[in-house]
Amino acid sequence: MTLSTCPSSAIDHRRRRLAVALPALLAAPSVGRAQPRRTLTVAVFPAIDEIVAAAVPAWQALHPEVELKIISRRASDHHTAVTTALSSASNLPDLFALEADYVGRFAFGRGLEDLRQPQFGIETLRSRFVPYAMEQATNVRGEVVAVPSDIGPGTLLYRADLLAKAGIAEADLIGSWDGFVAAGRRIKGATGAYLVAHARDMKDILIRAGVTPGDGIYFGRGNTVSVASPRFVRAFTLARDVRAAKLDARVSPWTSDWSEGFRRGAITTQMMGAWLAGHLNNWLAPTTRGKWRAAQLPEGAYAAYGGTFFALPRAGNAANKPLAWALARLLTTDRALQLAAFRRHDAFPALAETYTDPFFEQPIPFLGGQAARTVWRSAAQRIGAVAVHRQDRFAEEVINTELDKVLLRGKDIPSALADAAQLLRRRADR
Amino acid sequence: MRVSSRSAPYVLLLPFLLLFAVFGLFPLLFSLYLAFQQWEPTSGLEAMQWVGLDNFAFAIFDAWFWKSLGNTLWLAVAGGVPQHLVAIPVACLLHSSFGRLRNLMLGAWFVPYITSTVAVSIVFTLLYSPDYGLINSVLGAMRDWPLIGALVPQDRIDWLGDPTYIPPAIAALVFWRFVGFNIVLYLAGLQAIPRDLYEAAQIDGATPLQRFFHITLPGLRPMMVFGVTLSVVGGLQLFEEPFILTPDGRGGSDQAGLTAAVYVYRMAFDFNDFGAASAMAWMLFVAVASLTWLTHRMFRSAR
Repeated sequence: MTLSTCPSSAIDHRRRRLAVALPALLAAPSVGRAQPRRTLTVAVFPAIDEIVAAAVPAWQALHPEVELKIISRRASDHHTAVTTALSSASNLPDLFALEADYVGRFAFGRGLEDLRQPQFGIETLRSRFVPYAMEQATNVRGEVVAVPSDIGPGTLLYRADLLAKAGIAEADLIGSWDGFVAAGRRIKGATGAYLVAHARDMKDILIRAGVTPGDGIYFGRGNTVSVASPRFVRAFTLARDVRAAKLDARVSPWTSDWSEGFRRGAITTQMMGAWLAGHLNNWLAPTTRGKWRAAQLPEGAYAAYGGTFFALPRAGNAANKPLAWALARLLTTDRALQLAAFRRHDAFPALAETYTDPFFEQPIPFLGGQAARTVWRSAAQRIGAVAVHRQDRFAEEVINTELDKVLLRGKDIPSALADAAQLLRRRADR
Repeated sequence: MRVSSRSAPYVLLLPFLLLFAVFGLFPLLFSLYLAFQQWEPTSGLEAMQWVGLDNFAFAIFDAWFWKSLGNTLWLAVAGGVPQHLVAIPVACLLHSSFGRLRNLMLGAWFVPYITSTVAVSIVFTLLYSPDYGLINSVLGAMRDWPLIGALVPQDRIDWLGDPTYIPPAIAALVFWRFVGFNIVLYLAGLQAIPRDLYEAAQIDGATPLQRFFHITLPGLRPMMVFGVTLSVVGGLQLFEEPFILTPDGRGGSDQAGLTAAVYVYRMAFDFNDFGAASAMAWMLFVAVASLTWLTHRMFRSAR
């Protein structure tokens, strides 16, 4: 989930076509004969459509003869449409946005251009992006199939007012996971508020912490299944402890109960991408302005939540590829555009050179004036890359299913993880 | 251009045949072809690899496929049977009562069938909300009632989060959406039963219950066959209701609301396995065809 995919007001169900032609026509040099016009098609989803549209003046200054046609669909529809277009090699856009979750899945196929090729030369840009984002776009064959635009450094957002009422400091909350749970007990006792929205949130972070470089979350090197490891045992155990102590509200993200829980102060913390602060401010719980603060995840964990990439289809119009890459470069490496997207859409830049901008030091009123972007900047530079596997999405569901069995039916953790491993072993080779 | 009278019917049929070939026949044949291929769709059509019956073998041993088939059958029965048990008496009531208000009453029952899926999704998600939903609020109030209170669960029910409650929550929505459609069917069937049969039975001293069992029900048999067939086919292809009610359309915790149709869709578009998805779709087709045939046989043997 990233800035573009939250269901509710942020999702625009309309399919929009923004043909940005007129300004380009006006800007075209008035030579005797009209210049041949070309069109570059960019397929995106909400929020990214606005970011691309905002880049049109900069694009036209560089390429006045090329108009941009922006096709925007709801995020899930966008990825389905891109899958269909790639599968049939028809109606392909010249450039398209991909959510971080989909990059891994698409990277296993051969439908995306390898951007290491000389005509693209992404390796010369590698040092300009946060390292983990580039790794996310690299497949098992070593090909770089997408260029990162925005990222979602994981953060712990917490209600400072509830912590104060319970006499708890931020350090008590983030020092260790055991301390986090202990603080939750005190908060529940003093305020009645839940520590987290769902015990699953704990598991989601803990299985990402401590992944060996080169391994994935669920699958290790050599296509091995790693869900029965101590990393998962600890994640399940802590999630079970949280549920047993009735510290979770048992609500899933992006549901009405979740947002209502925030509005009513019934949920004390939420671990998610830094972009969540923007959503809370804009539509999830604007009335709680000033009560939230941001911190690093407990016990020094660092994790990524979503992000957006741009990719070029291999079977796309060959004549347009240099232009499509030029647009991708503009969108991802132009400091001013990246910062503008951050300011307007909370799209945390993947471009590391933006991190020196004074905007990072500015206080955020929603977070009580905290300069929280510095916290997220620090996290972005520490997040480790995890290898992706084509069955990650399936694995995530299998693990969530087994966790539910542990939480709801008291299934013992070793059996739950063994069952999950058995199911995943069968899928690993497909 | 003149068209001969011999070829005119074929020319007139051509638009339909073309559309059917493109949008009906081609997807069917392509899906059958895909069922024998392993295909990473994002790599393009040339990435297909012939794997014989591997996809069918995978489906046969896939625990989630069987789980989704079990869920589908459960939902088809729990959501479908009550529709007919309620629709027949309600249709009889509407047929014999309400006078001028009959069409208004019929319309009220039929509204859920034509209501937008998005609106249904919003309303039912709110109704089923564990903390702020109307259903749990009513159940909460009922806990204080004498006798009945003891039967109501003491904890709030997580209708769409707890695998125990997800299937009944979906079945209730299916029932609500389609009972009105069946009422319309049965009402049409009732209007086709000659009135003189009832008059003759009344003269012979038949009670209303006897008239219902010996005239109405046999008279409705053709419509019952039609209605039950539609319910069997629709129930086994159930997609929209579990898709809109469960988070992200994934089928809910422990895949308790994952129907076979949703699983086939997810295999293709979530798990990028179009080959296995196609094989499962054809297996589902065989199951639907077999059960429809069985339904017809049951009604025929009961005649």
